[in-house]
Amino acid sequence: MQVPARFEYEKASSVEEAVELLRRLGPDAHLLAGGHSLIPMMKLRLAAPEVVIDIHELDGELRYVREDDGVLRIGALARHRDVLESEVIGERYPLLRDAETMIADPLVRNMGTVGGGVAHGDPAEDLPAAFVALGGEVVVRGPGRERTIPIDALYLGPYETSLAADEMLTEVRVPNAPDGSAYIKVERRAGDYASASIGVALRMSGGEIEDARIGMCGVGSTTLRARGAEESLRGQPPGEELYRRAGERAAEESEPIEDARGSAEYKRDLVRTLVARALERAVERANREGAR
Amino acid sequence: MGATRERHTLGDRMLRKEDGRFVRGKGNYVDDVQLPGMLHSAVLRSPFAHARIESIDTSAALELEGVHAVITGADLEAQGLAWMPTLAGDTQAVLATDKVRFQGQEVAFVVADDRYIAQDALELIDVDYEPLGAVVDSRKALGEGAPVIRDDKEGKEDNFLFFWDAGDKEAAERAFQEAEVTVRREMFYPRIHPAPMETCGSVADYDVSTGQMTIHMTSQAPHAHRTLFAMVSGLGEHQIRIISPDIGGGFGNKVPIYPGYVCGAVASLVLGHPVKWMESRSENLMSTSFARDYHMVGEIAATKDGRILGVRSEILADHGAFNAHAQPGEEFPTGFFPIFTSCYDIPAAYAEATGVYSNKAPGGIAYRCSFRVTEAIYLMERTMDVLADELDMDPVELRRKNFIKKEQMPYHSVMGWEYDGGDYEGALQEALRIAGYEDLLAEQRKAREDGKIMGIGVSTFTEIVGAGPGKQCHIAGIEMFDSAELRLHPTGKAILKLGVKSQGQGHETTFAQIVAMELGIPAENIEVREGDTDNTPYGLGTYGSRSTPVCGAATSMVSRKVREKAKRIAAHMLEAAEDDLEWTGERFQVKGSPEQGKNMEEISFAAYTDVPEGEEAGLESVNYYDPPEMTYPFGAYLCVVEIDRGTGQVEVKRFIAVDDCGVRINPMVVDGQIHGGLAQGIGTALMEVIEFDEDGNHLNSSFMDYLMLTSMETPKYELGEFVTPSTHHPLGARGVAESPTVGSPAAVVNAVVDALSPYGVQHLDMPLTPDKVWRALRENGG
Repeated sequence: MQVPARFEYEKASSVEEAVELLRRLGPDAHLLAGGHSLIPMMKLRLAAPEVVIDIHELDGELRYVREDDGVLRIGALARHRDVLESEVIGERYPLLRDAETMIADPLVRNMGTVGGGVAHGDPAEDLPAAFVALGGEVVVRGPGRERTIPIDALYLGPYETSLAADEMLTEVRVPNAPDGSAYIKVERRAGDYASASIGVALRMSGGEIEDARIGMCGVGSTTLRARGAEESLRGQPPGEELYRRAGERAAEESEPIEDARGSAEYKRDLVRTLVARALERAVERANREGAR
Repeated sequence: MGATRERHTLGDRMLRKEDGRFVRGKGNYVDDVQLPGMLHSAVLRSPFAHARIESIDTSAALELEGVHAVITGADLEAQGLAWMPTLAGDTQAVLATDKVRFQGQEVAFVVADDRYIAQDALELIDVDYEPLGAVVDSRKALGEGAPVIRDDKEGKEDNFLFFWDAGDKEAAERAFQEAEVTVRREMFYPRIHPAPMETCGSVADYDVSTGQMTIHMTSQAPHAHRTLFAMVSGLGEHQIRIISPDIGGGFGNKVPIYPGYVCGAVASLVLGHPVKWMESRSENLMSTSFARDYHMVGEIAATKDGRILGVRSEILADHGAFNAHAQPGEEFPTGFFPIFTSCYDIPAAYAEATGVYSNKAPGGIAYRCSFRVTEAIYLMERTMDVLADELDMDPVELRRKNFIKKEQMPYHSVMGWEYDGGDYEGALQEALRIAGYEDLLAEQRKAREDGKIMGIGVSTFTEIVGAGPGKQCHIAGIEMFDSAELRLHPTGKAILKLGVKSQGQGHETTFAQIVAMELGIPAENIEVREGDTDNTPYGLGTYGSRSTPVCGAATSMVSRKVREKAKRIAAHMLEAAEDDLEWTGERFQVKGSPEQGKNMEEISFAAYTDVPEGEEAGLESVNYYDPPEMTYPFGAYLCVVEIDRGTGQVEVKRFIAVDDCGVRINPMVVDGQIHGGLAQGIGTALMEVIEFDEDGNHLNSSFMDYLMLTSMETPKYELGEFVTPSTHHPLGARGVAESPTVGSPAAVVNAVVDALSPYGVQHLDMPLTPDKVWRALRENGG
């Protein structure tokens, strides 16, 4: 049995109270949502917060997945499973469903939260790359204030985000649904972190790719966005050669390092392969949608 | 129990009796044991692979409220307990005194009110280490200037552990000189870990008033462990009771004695409280016995048309910092590796091995295998495919050419083993039939034309299990018999007590089925007891697939002894001469008068109410069974893989396993054992590995980093049944649980190498991770 160091426990009964506790207790306090990252780190004594602020009771406020006026809104306490089972996600944001089927295992997905996955800042976490592809933003509450941060400005480094110590992520938003999207992950075994994964979201117009966004996971010290590859796709008619070149470009933009999941060269090649495959799948989906 | 039939016997697919409590969460594992006044413990472990201990300061830890004791190597040394003997005749540090010799080695043992305080106290112990160079790669262990690990041994100036050889070196040499074709392949069977779901642990409970020591312990061999405890501690064996409750998987990991058990017992003795010690996952992966870690060379000499003339192998064995090898006696430093000629009729064979120390956890144990058979079969099956490749021959054809024929049984191998029957050709034929081999080959040709990377691999093998004959096998001098004690009560219900110990194998069901068949009573009426040394006959435990071959035989024999007495009572009841009675399988009846008979229920009642004159009351017996020979389960496996060219991922599309374990006591349990073993074998081939960096840091100390196959990677197994009764066993049964782990890794690797063969790949070492497969493809233009 692995056991954590001593810590104090607080339970918040509203977002306001949670934020107030964060303000009062300072940087040694840590929010506890699904607990699937924090608790293992505490048990291994890699994390030793002085206070844990339990926000489970905020389900009423923060557990939802819905589309309002074409804006997708996912509450911070929505569980991975909620996303996986959401009809609107399955129909309009299929890359999120792709990603969720590959995140950890059903036990983790039952408890782990979207807000936790996004706010943790783990470069190997899949959801941030999926939301980068979707052009998502996060809603953040601090004492007496609220602001939104584009997701590709959220991550400063491994486990480091632009959230202030007294701020709490409350919602992830996607301003509009893509025409086609896909998320592909390579893992050594079900439930493993990504060796590399790629999320792609496209807007099509007149048979051409009008706009594309590509999020990359596991191939840099933070979640990455392949801006050059995106640029190479804009205004182009889809096709294998285009995908291949975009893959090449994204591979150049990735910054993988060697670890147990493989060499940097291998991961760079995965980016090449997965970008091409994800583009192909996203275009297929867009065409299928368009044909409806 | 609902609508299930209630009279099960041998051969029935009876649901497991023990599963009722397991699926309800009502199992009773060591960590479930709660005793009044029980204290908890934590172990301080070395952060270094090799370092001298300059000093240890425990004062701050002792001051922490709730801490009862901090035990160090120096404390144990004062009692002569700092070192303990291993099963391989070496010594192992209980708590380090002079040096630490692997990362994760035990340095201090804290006892506290709860586990949290114990863990906090670890952080307050101040150890001053002077780091030393580490031996990580066994190939450098004997090199010039390698740091000497075991300088605790007087005069020890290198890391040499043993040299062993077997077979006829000259005959093999001649075969290689005269052969038309020879192949040679180096390969590495990496270090892996049994990783049972339940980690190791104990609750030691010393009763100051009676002098009795009771240890609840995750033990695959409670009786042997009690004897070893008595030898080490100086307590009388009659004063020690080992209770091994439900065990959550062992796979060989729970055969050795670990320092935690000893420290827990010492702490209970000193403090007079029960003391619980329970490993974390990381502790289990880092410090308890690993398996394999063999660098091997396989060589075959053959004629041009594929007839094998001789085989040779050379092993470099890494046993870690202390030689805690699991072996059935010092004659077997490579276990049963000498079975490596396997199911082939090979006229000349020679094997040699060099064992070395390294700065890694001690071992190695027989992880779901009968003492290094896994390494032997992997070497042989991989080298067979290398030969097939060299001869440009179908690997199936090559194997067929060299099988021992069933007419040659009982076969005496050139390595000195006597096989107990087998039809290797028949088993392979059955596997090929299930697979649709010709169609598969056509499918592969088509796949290759379409640019797909598909491979087919076969592996045919014999195991050697059931250690063992007392003339050959022993543990610490105790011959490896096993035992069963059977008592029928007045109402005909029975209790069977065994010297072995299930860790999930299903003994409570299968052993009841043996008695049911022998005595004609339903298996439902027989309770099986194991694991408590006070209440079971002495036995050597469960590992190396020995339960059915040895203890299953004892169960058969004890049932027959009971039946002998039952016959005398029946004769008295029927007023007939014993010779006039016959056993129908259900009851004794008077020959020629089937209306006159008595079943075991009636006889049991009479045994307590109406025994014949001169006969003792009761109906019970005990049997200690020393098997005449081992048993040789065998199998033929076929694996189909597909490789993703872009990502290097290997998908096992099909896995066909035909196993022959002789007579099947419960075919459903056999299937379950094969499923589990295949998952572990495929996992070994694809992902399981323990690696170290150059400083000896352990890189796989959690299940995030130590990967095991999940249901998502598991193919739908296609099993075939093949039954050739064993001639070495009273029921004709062999062991089975380990065959799939032994036979499957080679089938997977052979399939992957076959898939990659168009790209010139001849061999890849396990595990076949995506990046490794990708690299092999890239380097060869794929």
